[in-house]
Amino acid sequence: MRVVTLAAEDDFEGWRDAARALAAAQVPADDVVWQVGDAPADLFGDEAVLGGSDAALRVPRRFVELAREVVLHSDPERFALLYTLLTRIAADPHVVDDSADPLLQRLERMAKGVRRDIHKMRAFLRFREVTDDAGARFVAWFEPEHHIVRANARFFVDRFNSMRWSILTPEISLHWDGETLSEGPGASKTDAPQDDPTEAVWKSYYASIFNPARLKTGAMLKEMPRKYWKNMPETALVPELIKGARARETAMVKTARAAPARNSLAAWEALRDEAAHCTRCHLYQHATQTVFGEGPVDAPLMLVGEQPGDQEDLAGRPFVGPAGQLLDRALAEAGIDRGTAYLTNAVKHFKFEPRGKRRIHSKPDAGEITACRWWIEQELLLVRPQVVVALGATAARSLLGRTVTIARERGHAIALPEGGEARITVHPSFLLRIPEEDRKAKEYARFVEDLRAAAARL
Amino acid sequence: MAQLDLREKLEILADAAKYDASCSSSGTAKRKSAGGKGIGSTEGMGICHAYAPDGRCISLLKILLTNSCIFDCHYCINRKSSNVRRARFTAAEVVKLTLDFYRRNYIEGLFLSSGIIRSSDYTMEQIVEVARSLREDHDFRGYIHLKTIPDADPGLIHQAGLHADRLSINVELPTLAGLARLAPEKSAPRIEGAMRGLRRDIDDTADAMKRYRSAPKFAPAGQSTQMIVGADAATDRDIVTRSASLYGRFNLRRVYYSAFSPIPDASAVLPLQRPPLMREHRLYQSDWLMRFYDYRPDEVADAADAATGMMPLDIDPKLAWALKHRHRFPVDVNTAPREALLRVPGLGVKAIDKILIARRWRRLSLADVGRLTVSVTKLRPFLIADDWRPVTLADRADLRPLVAPKREQMELFAA
Repeated sequence: MRVVTLAAEDDFEGWRDAARALAAAQVPADDVVWQVGDAPADLFGDEAVLGGSDAALRVPRRFVELAREVVLHSDPERFALLYTLLTRIAADPHVVDDSADPLLQRLERMAKGVRRDIHKMRAFLRFREVTDDAGARFVAWFEPEHHIVRANARFFVDRFNSMRWSILTPEISLHWDGETLSEGPGASKTDAPQDDPTEAVWKSYYASIFNPARLKTGAMLKEMPRKYWKNMPETALVPELIKGARARETAMVKTARAAPARNSLAAWEALRDEAAHCTRCHLYQHATQTVFGEGPVDAPLMLVGEQPGDQEDLAGRPFVGPAGQLLDRALAEAGIDRGTAYLTNAVKHFKFEPRGKRRIHSKPDAGEITACRWWIEQELLLVRPQVVVALGATAARSLLGRTVTIARERGHAIALPEGGEARITVHPSFLLRIPEEDRKAKEYARFVEDLRAAAARL
Repeated sequence: MAQLDLREKLEILADAAKYDASCSSSGTAKRKSAGGKGIGSTEGMGICHAYAPDGRCISLLKILLTNSCIFDCHYCINRKSSNVRRARFTAAEVVKLTLDFYRRNYIEGLFLSSGIIRSSDYTMEQIVEVARSLREDHDFRGYIHLKTIPDADPGLIHQAGLHADRLSINVELPTLAGLARLAPEKSAPRIEGAMRGLRRDIDDTADAMKRYRSAPKFAPAGQSTQMIVGADAATDRDIVTRSASLYGRFNLRRVYYSAFSPIPDASAVLPLQRPPLMREHRLYQSDWLMRFYDYRPDEVADAADAATGMMPLDIDPKLAWALKHRHRFPVDVNTAPREALLRVPGLGVKAIDKILIARRWRRLSLADVGRLTVSVTKLRPFLIADDWRPVTLADRADLRPLVAPKREQMELFAA
């Protein structure tokens, strides 16, 4: 059994020299005990390793880079694991290219952990300013997970070259006086300054840059795990920010909803103009134009149809064809002035199949309804009607986001996510298609009744 | 208006800046402050110094010089007609804040933007002055990102680029119709014209630096832009197509996607409901497919639903594409070229590079692949390994539930 005693936890050179000598002497990995400093010697260790062997051992550069990082890891087994890999590489250099090898995989994970810790120290270390005889000095307290402090010193020297600073950690302290870097023993948190007035300003910034309308605590925790929190002043604010976030977003939406709409006519006109260029689904390719909704932007009643027909497509206005004329009549009978209601369609382009010179209406599919739902949502949010009447299954599907059986849901109110309630009835074109006169009259009366019931809710 | 102290101003002007998603401090030239001179350094890779509960990284001090603005863009909290509190920093105040924060290792540098006051040129002059003072008066060598006012004099923009690591101009909305509705005073041709001008300056400088090393650096971290998602009628397919065109024409480093979020005192023109945050995430994933996985823009757009033009929210776009193109799978991990491996859902660029090296010496089993990636569950139906062949999986109609992640929790405020 051989015992190797390394000078420090991050003693890469010591490990390299010893490992080189051991490997040259073909000492198996099981026969070596690695320890650091004056740690108690292994009870069974009896042969020390003599360094200074100059036997040439060629190893791939990739392995050296890996070892340099892994040595900094906190796992006490790291030296032995690296030496095991080295003995395998001596036999077959390609082992270092096989990242799927379990040992190499383990070491690469350790190296990754070390790199991450180095990166997080650069990110999460916080200096506090103190003043001494020579002026300003910056002192930080940091608790790394691995033995990375010495390896990380260069970064802080390069970045804060003109400052005087100290980095205190449990294992080692670093001091930079503007010209030279010196090392001291480990320190404790109480050795570092306890406050810095600028931290309050920084915390204000942290709280203000946070957007309460998009809470993603998982993403935050993934990159800023709790183990680093204790030495970062701003993290004290996190629980409160999270707690208040939902309330702040809800309040914003509520205030906006409750506020008298100041420029909703301009907003509606702008929306209509944008819709004129809509290409959200393919229907725009063959239709003449977008047929947007019309009516007062503060209408208490909104009527939603299926889609523009042949005449609407040419006129650019909803409900001007035969079904529209029937709707006008029914509205009048139900005591509703068409001019006070907002009329629109679930799908805003005419879908048809050419048959000779005629364009035959074709039912929009689920994809087209979903694509066009964006516009209905905007119209609902702008107009904010108390009651929305869905004329037919397409309109009902668009408003409720699911397939709706009219017969089952007709006659009662359904709350809408945008506010207000929806009521469902048939589309007037359904009435036009009924061949039997008596049934037609009966269905028409029911339709008028549905409209009257909707008006009664206003 | 009562005199505001520095901290109150910071609260207002950071709050006003938070709707810009960009925070990157990467990709610039390496600098350090050696020999006791200057302060600051930059590495190739940026550093995120903190994370906010919104999941966004805090790398730069991101503030506006002022949130007063002569424009009235509906999506913007700082628009003229908004009743938010207004504040304005002096250039010296921004310089001091930046240095105070930098010395304490809170930040990588400064990201400065501004509402437009008096004129575009006047505003741009103020922004440039902050950067000039940091660089020249204080020898600051950290990262500087300046937002560029599209209508400002090209000479001013050029000066900005001499001090800044990165410049950006926001296209704001993915569609021209959306821009016309929500930012009626902004013009897409002027925005794109300014981006073209930046590209020319960046290219010229890179050219000059090849010939003589002392050539002045101009925005070494290039230019980026941002578009707001969910405030206009653009579909994901529209957005991906627009991004590809911007990347191609202006050689952008990044396009940032910012899911529109409710703002205090919103204009009625603005939708009240925000799109699901997952939509933003899927757009970033689509963006990565183009930039790192060699997908053509039309291929990424193909991952979107044919009828609605929207990316699925429950699965990522790479998986969505694979499910639509099952005839391209399974691919053999031991023989397939890099391009084919890049298409396998669940295989990342790093894992693929390791596979390519490892398989030179031996054949890989499914367990081997498992050690190189996070999980093999997703990629199993798409991959052939030495001991694995998914004979029937790729033909199954119900493949999607097998590979789609389980939905764990309803999103808060889901629309």
